Amino acid sequence: MPDATGLELIAAGVRERLGDEAVAGTIYHRGQATLEVAPDAVHDALAYLRDDAEEPFEFLMSVHGCDYFPEEPRLGVHYQLLSMQRLDRLGVRTRVGAEDPQVPSVVDMFSGADFQEREVFDMFGVVFDGHPDHRRILMPEDYEGYPQRRDFPMGGEPVLFTFNENEMPRWYE
Amino acid sequence: MSDGPTTGDVQGAEGAPATGVSGRPTDIPYREREQSVTLERMPADGEPVYGTEIEPETELFTINMGPHHPATHGVLRLLLTLEGEIVRSVTPIIGYVHTGIEKSCEDQAYWKVIPFVERMDYLSYYFNAQAFCMAVERLLDEEVPPRAQYLRVIHLELNRIASHLFWLGTSALDLGAISILWHALRDREKILDIFEMSSGQRLHPRYFQVGGVVEDIPPGFDQKVRGFLADMPSRIDQYEAILDRNEILLQRLKHVGQVPLEELLSLGVTGPLLRAAGHPWDLRKAMPYSSYDHFEFKIPIGTQGDHYDRYRVRMAEMRESLKIVEQALDGLPEGPYITDNRKVALPPRHELATSMEALIHHFKLVTEGFRVPPGETYVAVESPRGELGCFVVADGSAKPARVHMRDPSFVNLQALRHMAEGGLIADLIAGVAMLDPILGGIDR
Repeated sequence: MPDATGLELIAAGVRERLGDEAVAGTIYHRGQATLEVAPDAVHDALAYLRDDAEEPFEFLMSVHGCDYFPEEPRLGVHYQLLSMQRLDRLGVRTRVGAEDPQVPSVVDMFSGADFQEREVFDMFGVVFDGHPDHRRILMPEDYEGYPQRRDFPMGGEPVLFTFNENEMPRWYE
Repeated sequence: MSDGPTTGDVQGAEGAPATGVSGRPTDIPYREREQSVTLERMPADGEPVYGTEIEPETELFTINMGPHHPATHGVLRLLLTLEGEIVRSVTPIIGYVHTGIEKSCEDQAYWKVIPFVERMDYLSYYFNAQAFCMAVERLLDEEVPPRAQYLRVIHLELNRIASHLFWLGTSALDLGAISILWHALRDREKILDIFEMSSGQRLHPRYFQVGGVVEDIPPGFDQKVRGFLADMPSRIDQYEAILDRNEILLQRLKHVGQVPLEELLSLGVTGPLLRAAGHPWDLRKAMPYSSYDHFEFKIPIGTQGDHYDRYRVRMAEMRESLKIVEQALDGLPEGPYITDNRKVALPPRHELATSMEALIHHFKLVTEGFRVPPGETYVAVESPRGELGCFVVADGSAKPARVHMRDPSFVNLQALRHMAEGGLIADLIAGVAMLDPILGGIDR
């Protein structure tokens, strides 16, 4: 893990490359370093960290979403980077509002992000610009709503049985 | 049964093929109908073509494999485009067993989340619990006592063997060897007996707690595990004796399903699939957790990265896991099995009768649970299928704001396309078997 100083150095490198507004902040919590970047700088920041940084992080292990309700901006997208050479991890996260959330896709750099970005879209409604196959993945294709958001009710899905199918309007569609 | 009167009449009267006008499959004489005629093969001038008159290589057709196919190891649906026997494209369609476990976790106190996460990847339940407990322990900044760490390692490695045994049995079943399934399940039963001994449950034992394990091992546990350890190496020898010289198995595994190492790394594939391609990446060695650095073991790797290497790597991993369990039993330290921080772990039962303080702690923990200071963390462990990451966000309350599992099966499934495209359907079956996907973990 980069320590708090190392994280600031990484942030300085990203700022130098992409401008001051690309980095929204740094979080160092319980020995884990997280770099917060602006939503439109995600692709460039990850490309810089993978290819050009002094200590590169070559692999993207995980992409996941998070809803920080009631904080604003509400939605977060997390990227977990890994360097197998230096046995080091770095979290990169970005925050977008719940209205029209858009983040550039990184599938062209890390092909493993394909399913994971689709899952974040499925569960939180974050749109990944440039994703080659932008569809829901776990929920049905015609599903409405984003179930992992905090304002989506728990157990909001009625279970269809033969005895209660009449109570559900248009269940047969 | 004779040729139906209708068919005979039509052919007699018109002297033309039966499918001329309407083109329904039922118009074809029943004997010829069995040659799997499709409407696509009917040319426009009405002359039906069936059998193999059209070369199968010249046409593509799309079929569904699954979701209820016995060789897809669960409810996995594969949309295949075939050119004859050759697979041209594979599209996995998942979500059939999505039960919203991650959403349900947000409504539970931290200690009640453990049974939920155990049900994600249902063959490696101890790993899920370990990843979640480690994440919460990091957020709490809680130390796990050494004895608990060793007990965790014993159970994790036994679980790895059980998971690989189940993989071995079902994969051999897919490849045409049924007896190995019964042999492998027989040994898995012994491991489940051991789990039952320590926690009372065979599957989903909820043995790991935040801060340690729920109970110390009972008397006789040591002998039982040692009996298993003495037995198992010869069992693995027997399995290899059955499988390693089986011509059918070798033909279906060797030089099949190779994926370049760069491709695997770009896909984020981890675990035995990556190690079979020759990359010695194992989190137990690379970033040791839960005292894995105290044990001596090797990381088996392959050379070619084909199905055969994947099979060999998993067999060798079972032997290495046996070594780890033995070392952990030998060096099992004395001491508490769970942290003595009363804000996190339940007080011992005998204290409840004498200490008011313990009673209050017990009451608070059972009714509300413990609160975790705000923060977020991502913790990864090496599960039998690769990197199992757990992402937990705490908002200061007694319930997690977000629990996410980076499941290795979910990410590794993306490699199936690269394994299977351009190969035969039979190789796709072998590919799914060697991928070892657990659909409960993929869909969560």
